[in-house]
Amino acid sequence: MATATWRTAKPQARREAIEGYISLLPWMIGFVGFTAIPLAASVYLGFTQWNIIEPPQWIGLDNYVRMFTRDPLFWQALKVTLGFVALSLPLKLVFGLGLALLLNLKIPGMNFFRTVFYIPAVISGVAVSLMWMWLLQPDTGVVNTMLYFLGIQGPNWFWDPNWALPSVAMMSVWKVGGSAVIYLAGLQNIPAHLYEAAQIDGAGRWARFWRITLPLLTPTLFFQLIIEMIDSFKVFTEAFVITQGGPLKATYFYLLYFYEEAFQNFNMGYASALALVLTIIILLATVFVNYTSKRWVFYESE
Amino acid sequence: MSQSKDLGPLIAAEAGGSRNRAITSAINGVTARRWLGYGAVYVVLTAIAIVFMIPLLWMFATSLKSRSEIFAWPPSWIPEQPLWSNYAMAFEKYPLARFMMNTSVLVIFNIIGELLAVPLIAYGFARLNFPFKRVLFILMLSTMMIPGQIKLIPLYSIYSRLGLVNTYVPLVLPAFFGNPFFIFLMVQYIRTIPRDLDEAARIDGAGTWTILYRIILPLCKPVLAVMIVFTFLWVWNDFLQPLIYLNDFYSYPISVGLAFFRGRYSVEWNLFMAATLVSILPVLVLYFFAQRHLIGGIASLGLKG
Repeated sequence: MATATWRTAKPQARREAIEGYISLLPWMIGFVGFTAIPLAASVYLGFTQWNIIEPPQWIGLDNYVRMFTRDPLFWQALKVTLGFVALSLPLKLVFGLGLALLLNLKIPGMNFFRTVFYIPAVISGVAVSLMWMWLLQPDTGVVNTMLYFLGIQGPNWFWDPNWALPSVAMMSVWKVGGSAVIYLAGLQNIPAHLYEAAQIDGAGRWARFWRITLPLLTPTLFFQLIIEMIDSFKVFTEAFVITQGGPLKATYFYLLYFYEEAFQNFNMGYASALALVLTIIILLATVFVNYTSKRWVFYESE
Repeated sequence: MSQSKDLGPLIAAEAGGSRNRAITSAINGVTARRWLGYGAVYVVLTAIAIVFMIPLLWMFATSLKSRSEIFAWPPSWIPEQPLWSNYAMAFEKYPLARFMMNTSVLVIFNIIGELLAVPLIAYGFARLNFPFKRVLFILMLSTMMIPGQIKLIPLYSIYSRLGLVNTYVPLVLPAFFGNPFFIFLMVQYIRTIPRDLDEAARIDGAGTWTILYRIILPLCKPVLAVMIVFTFLWVWNDFLQPLIYLNDFYSYPISVGLAFFRGRYSVEWNLFMAATLVSILPVLVLYFFAQRHLIGGIASLGLKG
């Protein structure tokens, strides 16, 4: 009996396996060609000096030694990028969550507001950048005009070394509807009976928020924190279009430096090393957030 | 809401009673407070919505102003005389039609690529059994974590050696090998389709591929819609890759094309804002038609525009 099923099943199973690999073939080719080989090549190129025309020259750890000991631009780019992460992440978290809580109220017309708040998230980085450049013009910009009528002297925004980075962070907050929609989905997954039970037990609004909403939302917060952190490390378009790293390198984001080294100066070896360091930083930050998550992310099975 | 509904019949039944009067007034108090609460929420939401829309409205207002009016003080929200001709001028001044055509070509080929590759791969992961399937699936998911920038230099050098820099190949080819995000999305979706359907078709003599293309795929329309919308958005908005791979001005997609003009005609913000608005119009139109699918897809996967 067992032998019979084994005999009859085997060719069928084998056929299914072959069909399975055929179906995966595009992805496997893509994985090798677009991920595995480029990744390995990038690690190798990080140890070389290479201007893309002549063959790469192995220089060992020189790129990394230069980066960490003799390259002020690297440190500036790192400082700007980390500063942006530290500035924009909490802002996006608080505003995104606040907006989601408002949108989660069960009153008519919420779809309209949800649609409106999500619009900024679908517009291209270039269009958004150009638009904010115009909005934040120091003299004739609409923001400074409104501030003027409130009796406030508006700053020079993108054109002031102290304000340029906060201005880019402000732009990113404008796109907060994107994360609000994800928080909203998390909020709507919280079972209603928990709130009802808490209400019967006499828990007020505030207590319900801190004891039910926030703990049950932590998996969503955790997920979103990681996604947005990775995104914040990869700012490029805004810096390239609006400030080109200035003024005084105040918005010299890491990827802008990478782009200039690789595709303007053709220091491909050094740029590969830069890219690898960024990848490792992102990886470490993710691992760190993941590590802390054991303390603050609540899973229902606990 | 539910509270007052539940009490409704009670009020009707005891109309006239003194006890009931107390209840009614209490309920009126509750509903009044509730509506006051609603009102407050609407006021807050409307205020935020206006603040969110100011940038777009200002862009629109600017696009209709004359050259002297854009730098007038104090600036006005409503142009003295809306100059719709600015839009025609913008099309004349910038090769907008050309840029948007280029982007459309990229969008179409990327969509074709994803539609060919993703269902096939997802079907394999979701339905077929073969050794190392789980390992390969985890491998695929983990590739989503790697920042794309680290692959840029080796890929660029490969394309440049093959003479494919300054063509659309580097911007289109990856789609034909399936985007892991979409594969994952579709695997999840196919798993919700009952296997009985496959079995029934198999008994009727349908092979694996017939099942995929005749049974599974027609049921996947919602997820295919999400895929098409997202591919459109991502390709339309992509900037870094076309910036690196394309050198020929007339082959630029709209994102790179617009950025190219930044600063060159910095005085003519009215025309420039008209051009920028035109560039985001297709995305806005698509968004309004597809927002239900789109927001559902984002919520289920945590994707962003």
